[in-house]
Amino acid sequence: MISFKPSAALENMRNLLHMVAENQIRPVARQCDHHDAEKPWDHINFMWESVKARGTESAAAAKKEKKEKKADGPREGNMQMVTIIEELAWGDAGIYLCTPNAGLAGFAIEAVGTPEQKERFLKRFTEGEPKWGAMAITEPHFGSDTSQVATTAVRDGDEWVLNGTKIFVTSGLMAAQESPGILVVWATLDKNAGRAGIKSFVVEAGTPGMKVLGVEDKLGIRANDTAPIVFDNCRIPIENILGSAEVVQSSGTAGFKGAMATFDASRPAVAASGVGVAQAALDGLKEILEKEGIEIRYDAPDHELTAIERDVIDMEAQVQAARLLTYRSAWMMDERRHNALEASMAKAKAGSVTTKVTQKAVEILGPLGYSQKHLFEKWMRDAKITDLYEGTQQINLLIVARRLLDYSSKALS
Amino acid sequence: MISFEPSDEQKAIVEAVSRLVEKEVRPQARPCDQAGAIPQAILDSANSLGLVMTNIPEQYGGGGENASAVTGALVAEELAYGDLALAIAILSPGLHATPLVLAGTDAQKTKHLAPFVEERFAPGSAAFVEPSFRFDPRRPATTAKREGDGYVLEGRKCFVPVLAGETPILVFASEGDGVQGFFVPRDAAGLTIEAGERNMGLLALPTAEIALAGVRVSAADRLGGEKGCDFRLLLDRSRVGLAAMGVGVARAALDYSKEYAKERTAFGVPIATKQAIAFMLAEMAIDVDAARLLVWEAAWRIDEGLDASREVTLARRTVADTALRVTDCAVQVLGGHGYIREHLVEQHLRNARGLSTLDLMTFV
Repeated sequence: MISFKPSAALENMRNLLHMVAENQIRPVARQCDHHDAEKPWDHINFMWESVKARGTESAAAAKKEKKEKKADGPREGNMQMVTIIEELAWGDAGIYLCTPNAGLAGFAIEAVGTPEQKERFLKRFTEGEPKWGAMAITEPHFGSDTSQVATTAVRDGDEWVLNGTKIFVTSGLMAAQESPGILVVWATLDKNAGRAGIKSFVVEAGTPGMKVLGVEDKLGIRANDTAPIVFDNCRIPIENILGSAEVVQSSGTAGFKGAMATFDASRPAVAASGVGVAQAALDGLKEILEKEGIEIRYDAPDHELTAIERDVIDMEAQVQAARLLTYRSAWMMDERRHNALEASMAKAKAGSVTTKVTQKAVEILGPLGYSQKHLFEKWMRDAKITDLYEGTQQINLLIVARRLLDYSSKALS
Repeated sequence: MISFEPSDEQKAIVEAVSRLVEKEVRPQARPCDQAGAIPQAILDSANSLGLVMTNIPEQYGGGGENASAVTGALVAEELAYGDLALAIAILSPGLHATPLVLAGTDAQKTKHLAPFVEERFAPGSAAFVEPSFRFDPRRPATTAKREGDGYVLEGRKCFVPVLAGETPILVFASEGDGVQGFFVPRDAAGLTIEAGERNMGLLALPTAEIALAGVRVSAADRLGGEKGCDFRLLLDRSRVGLAAMGVGVARAALDYSKEYAKERTAFGVPIATKQAIAFMLAEMAIDVDAARLLVWEAAWRIDEGLDASREVTLARRTVADTALRVTDCAVQVLGGHGYIREHLVEQHLRNARGLSTLDLMTFV
């Protein structure tokens, strides 16, 4: 049955997270926007408690499901995930990214890791001090063309030796250096093998040979670190290559495809954060308009709408459209359906919508929009990343087009 | 729980409609547009699916189903995927049946629902939009004034579907601060039906401008009798229906241009393998899905009895915009060929242009 009614649990979660965003995140949003600002520890410590609890819960649920060989009623883990992200990002997109959790590394390990690897690498996110996970794919000479991985993994006895340079690692500093976290690193076993040679490896924080070079100074999401990381004869245990033995040994592209499956989960997450930022700008805009006595008349005939009413109604429609596409892609994951097309649709839509909506809010509010006294200029800067990371707008359009037209990546490049 | 999955029953209905669309509606889309008429055979054939009849209470000979706006939206999209004009015509019995089921008195239901449970198709007709760019759906210039034991109607309407038949026209007019509906027989004194209205699109659907000069109707012909109707709800149910049809039109244009782009070669390769075309198609597909979800949400709110006017506005405006853009892009993908009437995309564009202007052309 088509329904837009969230479950009671989801509704409660949204309300709780909205309160957290409003009372704990929003008040420090501006001060965390500085390149060398202190980390938002109140938020980190607060969220860590619930991240630990959620991790324990979902591990227990997965075990139970496996034991009973069947699903335990309807699932909504991914709907919960996008709801949480949307609300935290409504508070602040940069601070949301500082939330301690397994992050993209978690998505990758969940997607292709063996049960033993899940236990070994993810258990740390259910106990102890706050930790982060991160994913290292991009290198200085490539971004979208992920088949160009040049970081190498060479087997030496019971170890892999990694060599190469990664850039744009979201939360890389926190995951690799400032907490006992984990990094999932894409590296090639054989550069001549193309995609078939690419595998992903887990590197634990503090492993000798892994060095964080610094932190990028960015347009937005400045509360969060984006790090270049160098691997210089970095040695990791042989069983840190992600996936089953077959994947590891195969000369096919199963490993690469498995790693790409990470995006099916991460794109709805990125889309949700974009929706959160867009909603923040929209709410802020409407609050100011209301104070000025400008009410949006949804019922007015089209020819009577003012330019501002027209803009706001269209912004609301676009944000809601992006939100529903995001929910659909998350719902499909909960339903265990293949969602690569829908995840890219949501990501592409959310990327362009949040970029445009935040720009429009700045435009409508004139000097208030441009001033750092308000957060609109910040939201516009924060929004832009949604259209860049986890696949740019164009890469996601390419994926949508290929699936729509039933073309391979070779036929449509 | 949030879900994007139609029920099994809804899937079965959509499948049946889809078969009708492939077999009878789509092949007739162009001929009907050119002839400016719809053969009775198609309407009878569609009528046998009982799309409107299903929602008429059993005591009046119908199927007794609760009219779900979501189901209605699914059906409307699928029919309009075939052709917008034919979709409006096929669902036109709903122009009477839905207001009657929601607001009609027993006597009105007995009298006016009867034609719609017959085997042979009978058209419904509603008069709402007025020939003025100032037309305000919540305050039409056409008025109904109480006089003695009846009402007197004054005003002009356009886009009034007048498919061949005996059924009256349901005229919506301002009465005091609100809007109410009145059943006006086609031969009423003071009513002039200026048939043969020609618009940019919807050419297959016979529509008329009508003039109401002192048209008298009895109090019993006021929709809902003394209680009247909740016009707001009717407007919402109508706009969701038309928005759903807009999604259908856009999807039709998308699919047509997609197939064309895979067939048509330039510089030795299918044009669909060029990013300029492929990206356009991808954006069209994303926007069609986005518009559909907004329509579903608005329809779902109506079914839940929640206030849906904001969501209806969001859906309606988005669909009008999306359908126009997507059909325009479809013409663009076909290049010069898109401009030629040999291909359906120019018809989709002409039809889509009407979506922001048309109103009360269907109900879900």
